[in-house]
Amino acid sequence: MAMIEFKNVSKWYGSFQVLKDCTTQVEKGEVIVVCGPSGSGKSTLIKCVNGLEPFQAGSLIVNGQSVGDKTTNLPQLRAKIGMVFQNFELFPHMNVTANLNLAQVKVLGRGVEEATEKSRALLTRVGLIDHAQKFPGQLSGGQQQRVAIARALAMDPIAMLFDEPTSALDPEMINEVLDVMVELAHEGMTMMCVTHEMGFARKVAHRVIFMDRGEIVEDATKDDFFGTPRSERAQQFLSKILHH
Amino acid sequence: MFTGFDFDVIQRTLPYLWQGMLTTLWLTLLAMVGGIVLGTLLALMRLSSIKAISVPAGIYVNLLRATPLILVIFWFYFLVPIAIKHISGDSYAQGIGPFHSALIAFTLFEAAYYCEIIRAGIQSVPAGQVHAGYALGLTYPQATRLVVLPQAFRNMVPILLTQGIILFQDTSLVYVVGLTDFMGAASKVAQRDGRLVEMYLFAAVIYFILCFLASYVVKRLQLRITPPR
Repeated sequence: MAMIEFKNVSKWYGSFQVLKDCTTQVEKGEVIVVCGPSGSGKSTLIKCVNGLEPFQAGSLIVNGQSVGDKTTNLPQLRAKIGMVFQNFELFPHMNVTANLNLAQVKVLGRGVEEATEKSRALLTRVGLIDHAQKFPGQLSGGQQQRVAIARALAMDPIAMLFDEPTSALDPEMINEVLDVMVELAHEGMTMMCVTHEMGFARKVAHRVIFMDRGEIVEDATKDDFFGTPRSERAQQFLSKILHH
Repeated sequence: MFTGFDFDVIQRTLPYLWQGMLTTLWLTLLAMVGGIVLGTLLALMRLSSIKAISVPAGIYVNLLRATPLILVIFWFYFLVPIAIKHISGDSYAQGIGPFHSALIAFTLFEAAYYCEIIRAGIQSVPAGQVHAGYALGLTYPQATRLVVLPQAFRNMVPILLTQGIILFQDTSLVYVVGLTDFMGAASKVAQRDGRLVEMYLFAAVIYFILCFLASYVVKRLQLRITPPR
């Protein structure tokens, strides 16, 4: 069974439809890149996965649980799904270690010592152990985003969602974040990434989903997508972002 | 210039005035703490998406904000004993005394004002912060307590303290229920000894010094706690 399964998911803001009949799935260990023009519903789509965005029609099964079902314990489900945001969203009133410890202690019930040990191991992994006691505001954007990835990983997630993780970064910081993501992908993490980084998609994605105006226009393997995208809209989009 | 005035009256009655000042300070402190706690609850209620929770809080806040403070103090002093008598059925039941009734009145009144300050503070925390908390598996109460409120209060400390200074001045209204705060003490001495000018001048100077110092501290604090973002 697929780890994440969208079936005809639709969502409206008032009378405006932001998601139209979206159907796709993510298998365990798969890396999916979601791309498309701005306002096409990419972020909304992945925020549906952990219930941050409610939807009105269709079904969405994550790890065997129906996200739209009122009886689903959303906090419990979310604890298993890591998420990284465009604007990092580290908690500015806590230092880096406390950011990583918070949910480990409050949600998973780990002891502070055990949590700190885990946090330090992950900070070492993303190359930021020297910054363990600093506050988010004292770090660069790239460093903050790496802390955010470590914070999500501290929960031992079964899948990771990335919502434009490099869009708010200065160009020279993009690679330090992508490197961490590539490493994760190589380790077999199930990932769903909204990103415009086509180099990243080429390197690690298994499949690419192209969205436009709330619809999944193209859902193809990486080679098919970059080789011969079937839809005209995907071709136009690719020619726009690749010819620079 | 001050011939005919007797400033010695201040020195003679200093212990009595100090007692009054203690009442003023206690009333301010307790009403502020109570007002902030109740105000936080009201703010969370007003921000609820459930109408049955947000509407009553909204009515309470708007009602209290549209009522003169002195009226609220009166109400509590005169209505609470009646209510107690009515509920307990004991026609000899006593009220709760001027201090406690004033304290409750100030707490309830200030809560309405603190609610609006705190509501703005909560709304100043970006929605992304709440989403980040939820995404980690925090529940609504956890995200509110651990992520939203600490940031909201940090943004609000200066305004909350400024409201506290206003409260400190407003406590002088308790003379209407016969409670002897600093103002009340000064007033009683003034009437008894016929030293109106001296005592009211002294009270004004003390209020000015304390409020001015407190404002200065708040201003300094404001510069220091602006969080790095």
